[in-house]
Amino acid sequence: MAVLKKSTFMNSNRLDLHNIYKNFGNVKALKNVSMSTNSGQINCILGDNGAGKSTLVNIISGVFQQDEGDYKINDEIVSFSSPMEAMNAGISTVYQNLAIIPIMNIYRNFFLGQEPTKKGFFKTFDKEFATRTTIEQLEKFDIKIENPKRAAGTLSGGERQILAIARALYFGAKILILDEPTSALGVKESNKVVNQIISLKNQNINVILISHNIEQAYMLSDKFFIIKNGDMIDQFEKNQTSVNDLRKILGK
Amino acid sequence: MFVWLFFAIFAHNGFLSIYGVKSYLQVSSEIGILAVGVALLMIAGEFDLSIGSLIGFSSMSITLLTIEANMPMPLASVLTLIMTIFIGYCNGLTVVKSGLPSFIITLGSLFIVRGLTIAVTKLITGRTQISGIDESSGYDFMHSIFSSSVKIADVNFPVSIFWWILFVFLGYFMLNQTQIGNWIFATGASKESSKLMGIPIRKIKVSLFMLTAFCAWFIAVIQVTTFNGADVLRGEQKEFISIIAAVIGGTLLTGGYGSIIGVMIGALIFGIVKQGIIFAGIDADWFQVFMGVMLVSAVLVNGSFKKKYIHEF
Repeated sequence: MAVLKKSTFMNSNRLDLHNIYKNFGNVKALKNVSMSTNSGQINCILGDNGAGKSTLVNIISGVFQQDEGDYKINDEIVSFSSPMEAMNAGISTVYQNLAIIPIMNIYRNFFLGQEPTKKGFFKTFDKEFATRTTIEQLEKFDIKIENPKRAAGTLSGGERQILAIARALYFGAKILILDEPTSALGVKESNKVVNQIISLKNQNINVILISHNIEQAYMLSDKFFIIKNGDMIDQFEKNQTSVNDLRKILGK
Repeated sequence: MFVWLFFAIFAHNGFLSIYGVKSYLQVSSEIGILAVGVALLMIAGEFDLSIGSLIGFSSMSITLLTIEANMPMPLASVLTLIMTIFIGYCNGLTVVKSGLPSFIITLGSLFIVRGLTIAVTKLITGRTQISGIDESSGYDFMHSIFSSSVKIADVNFPVSIFWWILFVFLGYFMLNQTQIGNWIFATGASKESSKLMGIPIRKIKVSLFMLTAFCAWFIAVIQVTTFNGADVLRGEQKEFISIIAAVIGGTLLTGGYGSIIGVMIGALIFGIVKQGIIFAGIDADWFQVFMGVMLVSAVLVNGSFKKKYIHEF
C-alpha cells in the first residue's frame, strides 16, 4: 500500500475514514464507522470509556489496522504498520500519560527518538542545537525555559502537554491527535493547554481531540463525533448542537 | 571523597603511599570495568546477575581450550568471547521475549552457567582449578595486553587500570554524547513512552546484555593472565559487587538515570574501602558491613532524587 510522504500534505489535510470495522476476537470494537476531519479545525470524538474511542485513535495513529474499510488522507488510501510510520507521514498522537518522560531532561525529551547529530564520524548528539531549538520551539507556545537541562518532571502538567504538542509540530505533524490533553490538569493549567490547542487552528493543523469533558470539548471544537458501543451514532457541526444536546446524547 | 579521607586519616601506614594507591586502583579497576556494562544495562532498566558466572565460564573455557585442546590462547579467547556474548544474547532475548523480570531470568542463568562450568570442567579434567596456561602459545601476547604493568614511580601499575579508564571514557561517551545514549535513558525510564517514540527498546536491551557479557569476558582474560589459569568459582559475587558500585555511583535501580562517572567513583570507593580496611588494620570482615551500609544509604538517596522529579500527572 502507498506510503504517504509529507509532500502529500498541501494546504488542506483531510482525513477520511469510510466504513471502518475492527474486531478483537468476538468483541466488535468498531462497527461501520465513518468520519471526516479537516485541517484548521478541532474535531472532537466523544464517548464513554470502552465505546471505541481508543480503538479509533489507534487505527488513525498506526498502532493497529482496521479489519475492513478505507483510511484516506487527502483522498489517498493509506495504511500504517507502526506509529512511527504514521508519525513520518505527519500524523502524531500525544498520549495522556506517556507524552513525556519525567526523569529525562527537557531537551532530551523534545528530541527523543529523533536526536540531531553532528556531522563527522562519531555522529555525536548535537546538544547545542537541541538546547537552542527546544527553547525556541517552546517560546512559540508561550513557555519560557531558561534551562532545558532541567528534568522534564519539574515542568507543570500543562507545560508537559504543551511540550509534547510542540514536539509533534516541530517534527512535522499535520494531523494531531490529542488524547485527553487536560483530564489530569487543574483549571489554570488546563486553560494554558486549551489556549494553545486553539492556536493550532491558525497553523492549519487537523486536530483530533479525545475528551470526556463535554463543556470544554464544546467550547474548543468545531465538529463532534459521538461513539457508543462501537457505533458512530451521531455527528454534528458546532452550530447544530449545544452542550445540553451533547449531554443528552451521551446520557450525562 | 569522605571515604578516602577517612582512610587517609586512619590508615596511615601505607594507604597514602603510591603502593597503596596502586593496590586500591587495581581492585577498583576490575569492578569498574564490569560496572560500566552493568550500569548501562541498569539505566536501560534491566539487571544481569549472570556476569559472575560468566567470568568463571570464560576463564575456564579459555584455559580448557588452550591447555586441553591445544589451541593458541588468542584463538581460544576469541572463541570464548563468541560463546560468552552468545550467552548474553540468550539472556537478553529471553528477557525481552518473555517480559519477565531480568532479575529472575539472569538468576537462573547464573546457576545454569556456573553449574555447567563446574560439571564440564570436572568431566574433562577431574579438577576445578587448572593452571599452567603460561606455557601455551600466544600467552605472552595476551599477557602483555591484559595483565602487563606500567612502572610509575617504582611501582608497577597493572594495565587493567588503563583499560578501566578507557571503558569509562567509552561508556561515558556512548551514554552522554550519542543518540544511543538517549535511547538507553529513555528505555529504562519508560518502556511505553519510548516505544511510542519509535525507539528499538528490544534491540537496545539485548545489545546491553551482550555488553555485560563482553565485560565479563574481559575480566576473565585479565584474571586468566594474572593468575596463570582458571578456577570454576572465579567471579563469584562479582554480579552483586558491580551492582553495588553502580548504585553507589548514583544509578537508579528502576532504570532511567545514572552516570558513568558516578559509577567510576562507586568502583573507586569499593576499592578504597576494601584495601583501606586492610591498611587500617581493621579486621577485613568489617568490609561487608561497610559496603552494605553504603549500598542502603545510596539507594535511599537515589530514591529521594527520583521522587523529586516524578509527579503524578
